[in-house]
Amino acid sequence: MMIPGLAGVYQARFKTELAVQFQYRAALVIWLLGLILEPLIYLVVWTTVARSQGGEAGGFSRGEFAAYFAILMVVNHATFTWHFWEFEWRVRHGFFSPVLLRPIHPIHADLAQNLTFKLLTFTVVAPVALLLLVSFDATFSPSLADIAAFAPALVLAMALRFCLEWTLALAAFWLTRVSAINQSYYVLVLFFSGQLAPLSLLPVALRAVATALPFRWMISFPLETLLGRSSGAELAIGYAAQLAWLGVSLVLLRVTWRAGVRRYSAVGA
Amino acid sequence: MSAELAPAIQVRDLRKTYSVPEREGGVRAALVSLVQRKNREVAAVAGVSFDVPRGEIVGFLGPNGAGKTTTLKMLAGLLHPTSGEVSALGHVPWRRENDYLRRMTLVMGQRNQLAWDIPVVDSFELNRAIFRIPADHFRRVVAEMTELLDLGELLKKPVRNLSLGERMKCEIAGSLLHQPEVLFLDEPTIGLDVTMQRRIRGFIAAYNQRHGATTLLTSHYMADVEALCRRVVVIHQGRLLYDGELSGLVDRFSPFKTIVVDFASDPEFADGQLAGIVGADGEIVSQTDGRLTLRVPKARTAQITGQLLAQLPIADLTVEEPPIDEVIERVFAGEAREAEPVPAA
Repeated sequence: MMIPGLAGVYQARFKTELAVQFQYRAALVIWLLGLILEPLIYLVVWTTVARSQGGEAGGFSRGEFAAYFAILMVVNHATFTWHFWEFEWRVRHGFFSPVLLRPIHPIHADLAQNLTFKLLTFTVVAPVALLLLVSFDATFSPSLADIAAFAPALVLAMALRFCLEWTLALAAFWLTRVSAINQSYYVLVLFFSGQLAPLSLLPVALRAVATALPFRWMISFPLETLLGRSSGAELAIGYAAQLAWLGVSLVLLRVTWRAGVRRYSAVGA
Repeated sequence: MSAELAPAIQVRDLRKTYSVPEREGGVRAALVSLVQRKNREVAAVAGVSFDVPRGEIVGFLGPNGAGKTTTLKMLAGLLHPTSGEVSALGHVPWRRENDYLRRMTLVMGQRNQLAWDIPVVDSFELNRAIFRIPADHFRRVVAEMTELLDLGELLKKPVRNLSLGERMKCEIAGSLLHQPEVLFLDEPTIGLDVTMQRRIRGFIAAYNQRHGATTLLTSHYMADVEALCRRVVVIHQGRLLYDGELSGLVDRFSPFKTIVVDFASDPEFADGQLAGIVGADGEIVSQTDGRLTLRVPKARTAQITGQLLAQLPIADLTVEEPPIDEVIERVFAGEAREAEPVPAA
């Protein structure tokens, strides 16, 4: 039976992407290793720091650090995107030409690819996170309310990060070498999203900067919500910030895409 | 004019100018370019106008860099023109409205529309969903393509395992699953062997016949053009050089015919006899054992043939039009630049 419209396209994309992912099993394993290793390193570093400071650093006990970085791995896995690293190649090699001839926005192909990869690899990431929680003796006992608050925060974080990073990717329409921009962006996210360390460890001024930027709402907010560290008011502010940044990202994406395609097609597709 | 009767494609004074950065070679120039960029305006298409009626196959010819691909990309909606107007199936192509995209296709010889890692049929399935092709219709079209292009087992192979020719056949089939009414084919036979070229040529003709598709085709292989196109549009340096029947191109740009003579026995020419027959405006192309090849003005062909038959021991004589490749080459080489400008057909 044919599923009509966009749902049918997503169904076909899922099948295609699964087939592609299975073609490259070794690459898939290497990607997974990278995804797991980064938070694992932070986890080891920060639990060691906590131990050396008498069991606590910046309001986090050793067990809470373990929980933070194990859940960070899950949240980062759910929200991360890689398309902005690929756009330069796509633009340079004329990949957009066949894409622009299809009666569908190319963002759908990337979103479907992203979701397929996540669904596939979550089957590995989730047990590894559980293993870390257990083996590092993590302090982690979320209430039902924490889980209920976490679910929409994670979905909004995924949408926000995807839109923001897809918009960033569009810089490739104007600049031939976007790797430098991507690298700077990566550092900003690492620092201000709570990946490198919980934001409560930052000096007050930097914490204010992190609150004003969108990155905190892409990772730290859902993560701390699941850990039960967001109060009622903080939750409301968090959702509002996520929605506001998502709105801004969508507008930026729309404007940048239109201008980008016009530029692409002006300089030679 | 009603929409039904209007040409499928109408192009009016289409222009595309690129701003191209330029600098001298060497480190010094590279350093200077850091602070002082120089750009040059290049007119890739400089005011081209033509129509293509529904169902017609038109050959779009020109040397490399003539502006063919740029024009095709503007017609397909990939490029915004600098100025000018295009109406294709009643749409302005570069607005890329879904209704237009569902009714046209652009096949570019070197570009990949099929996913590299998965079997061809999976890419086709994806196109089915994107173009919203009903399942039974899709099955019928794939069966038709399989028959016309002999796809058979190819459909199950991953694209990366296909040869260039096999991939091209699958690319063409994949681009036509939604049965477009307008086809832009940019070098569809490039890099293929003669058999494969013939196969694809036959397919394009059959598709055009079955579906009445309007087709604009570029190719450097004149065999493609001769087999498929009665009408050609020739552009050079972004300008329209000729628009009309392919046979008319030969008449206009090659005012010569070739006469090949085989002798019954070795002829003995009196001093200046041959030069006298050929005349100042003709040319002896070659003179080898028992065979003579001449290039003579069309208007004097009959007179020269008569003189040859009367004066020499001839076993066989043929009069030929010059090969179309040669004519095209002459057009591009600028020999015909002096010819009077040709109004658009």
